[in-house]
Amino acid sequence: MSINQTTGANEWPLWEVFVRNKAGLDHKHCGSLHAPDAKMALQMARDVYTRRQEGVSIWVVPSSAIVASDPGEKSMMFDPMEDKVYRHPTFYDLPASLDHM
Amino acid sequence: MSTSVQPGQRADVQYLLRVGDACLVLSHRISEWIGHSPVLEEDLALGNIALDLLGQARALLTRAGQLNEEPLDEDQLAYLREERHYLNPVLMELPRGDFAFTQARNLVAACWLLPLWTRLQASSDAEVAAIAAKAVKEVRYHQQHAAEWVVRLGDGSEESTRRMTTALAALWPYVNELFASDAVDAAAEASGLGPAWSLLKPDWNAAMDEVLAEARLVRPKDTPHVYAGVRGVHSEHMGHMLATMQSLQRAYPGGVW
Repeated sequence: MSINQTTGANEWPLWEVFVRNKAGLDHKHCGSLHAPDAKMALQMARDVYTRRQEGVSIWVVPSSAIVASDPGEKSMMFDPMEDKVYRHPTFYDLPASLDHM
Repeated sequence: MSTSVQPGQRADVQYLLRVGDACLVLSHRISEWIGHSPVLEEDLALGNIALDLLGQARALLTRAGQLNEEPLDEDQLAYLREERHYLNPVLMELPRGDFAFTQARNLVAACWLLPLWTRLQASSDAEVAAIAAKAVKEVRYHQQHAAEWVVRLGDGSEESTRRMTTALAALWPYVNELFASDAVDAAAEASGLGPAWSLLKPDWNAAMDEVLAEARLVRPKDTPHVYAGVRGVHSEHMGHMLATMQSLQRAYPGGVW
C-alpha cells in the first residue's frame, strides 16, 4: 500500500462525505475532505463530520467520480420546469398511512 | 496557594493512578499536535483521540481520589502533584517527536490499553468496570487509526519508512515497562481490581506483530532495561511537560471555565 498521489505532488485526493443520521433514511452530503485513500477517508470523515454523534453510517466518494451539471446550462436544464404546475402531485389526496412522501 | 498534593500509598490507588496517568500524559502529548498536524483532518483526529484519553484519565483519577485516604479530586491529582508522584510509564511522557513517532507511540499505547481496558471491564470495582466499558470502544478506534498510519508510513516512501523505523527504535526501550510486575501490580491482580500487566503481553505482541508485518517493518530487538515511571522515576522530559501542563492551575488556583 502506498500514499495515493493522483492530484499533485503534495496534494491528497478530495473525497465527498455523506452521512446518515440516526433518524434519517438517506445519506446526506455534508462536506468534503482530503485523504490519501478510501480507508483513511472514511476514518477522517468520522473524525471531522461525526464528532457530535451526527451519524450512524458514512459514505465517502472520490470527488473526481462525481459528474456535475454545468452551471452555465442552468437555464436550459431547469427553467423549462417553471410553469409545469401539473407535474406537482398537489391535486391528489394522500392516505394518512402513506409515509415518506 | 496551589499547594501540591501527595496521594497515599494504597496499592489500589497507585494501580489506578498508573493507568490514569498513562492516559493523562499521553493525552497531553497528543494534544501538542493541535494546530500543528500535517493536515486539518488529522488535526481533528488527534484532537479527538487526546480528548478520549483525557476523559478516561478524568474518570480514573476521580476514582483513585475517592479511594485515597485523604479524598482528592481529579483536578488536584492532575494538576497539583509533584513529578515523582505521577505514575505513568515513561513511554507516555516522551516528547511528541515527528508524526511517525506520534503514530508509532499511539499504536504501542493503544495495543496496550485495549487488552487492559478489556480486562478492566471485569474489575471488582464496579466504577472501574463501568469506565472500562466506555473506554474500550474508544481505544479500539485509536488502535485502528494509528495502525492505518503505521502501515502507510512504514510501507510508504523512502523517507516515511526511514522515519517510522527510527521512531520504533526510539520507542522500543520503553516498551518493557508496560508489562513489568511489582507489588502494586500483584495486589491489583489478587484483589481483582485489574490485571497484572504481564498478562497483557501476548495480546500486545499479536496486535503489534500483525501491524508491523503489514507495514513491512522489522520489530526492534527487546532491550533489558526497565524504566520505573510507574514508581515515579521519570525522564528529564517529564518536568518540562508538567511545567506547561500545570502552569495555569498553579497561577490561578482552583480556576475553572
